[in-house]
Amino acid sequence: MAVIKKFLYVNRKAPHGSIFALESLEVVLIGAAFDQDVALAFIDDGVYQLMRNQDTSGIGTKNFSATYKALGDYDISKIYVEKESLDLRGLSKDNLMPLTWEDEDDDWAEKDSIQVVSSTELAEIIDNQDVIFSF
Amino acid sequence: MKFGIMVSAGPYTHQASDTAYYFTEAALKNGHEIVRVFFYHDGVNNGTSLGVPPQDDRNITTRWSALAEKYDLDMVLCVAAAQRRGLLDENEAKRAGKDVSNMAAGFNISGLGQLIDAGIQADRLLVFGD
Repeated sequence: MAVIKKFLYVNRKAPHGSIFALESLEVVLIGAAFDQDVALAFIDDGVYQLMRNQDTSGIGTKNFSATYKALGDYDISKIYVEKESLDLRGLSKDNLMPLTWEDEDDDWAEKDSIQVVSSTELAEIIDNQDVIFSF
Repeated sequence: MKFGIMVSAGPYTHQASDTAYYFTEAALKNGHEIVRVFFYHDGVNNGTSLGVPPQDDRNITTRWSALAEKYDLDMVLCVAAAQRRGLLDENEAKRAGKDVSNMAAGFNISGLGQLIDAGIQADRLLVFGD
């Protein structure tokens, strides 16, 4: 199938406390096999999904946070985090786990996948998509 | 127009599944195409044949089943989401060693690829539920 659409996965919920983040990630990983143009956005409590050093041992659920680091291997290089959501929560990019991808057009240079964008910029990004999943 | 429908909320607790149903029905009545209705998250619970709502209330599951039969609608439950929540067709029940299956008529179990495919095929993909 030659159709390539722009897919955006919008994540708005905390990583733990509900299954939405995990089941969103499952769609992203399966969807990666379809060779579409994929981007992820993290808004509201969704920004917590990318926090460093997550530890779920106290709540007995699966700590799937390491899976985000594999996104680069699935050629997912566009990860947008809304600046206002970080600011409201007293967070900055330094609180997030480093996510990278390797650019084959640039001698496999390792590049940062995370882009912190304003809500206005994110609105434009959302406007440019073909398919939007919200979780 | 070709619509893809994703239902991510279970029946009765929230209105999302009802709204998805009414939208789907209205779209079909008006000559639009529904590529697929994909049930994810707690939305898979819409497919249980074991629900017994009071007689003076709507039966959300049988309503979906009837719509599927009338319009030859493709209704898919995500297999991973369904297994977690105890929604099993006969094959899955057998494989998991369970003595009961509970897939209502018109619902099928398949993978998340069917959701992505709906996004690719449809002109618009609509998400009902959180």
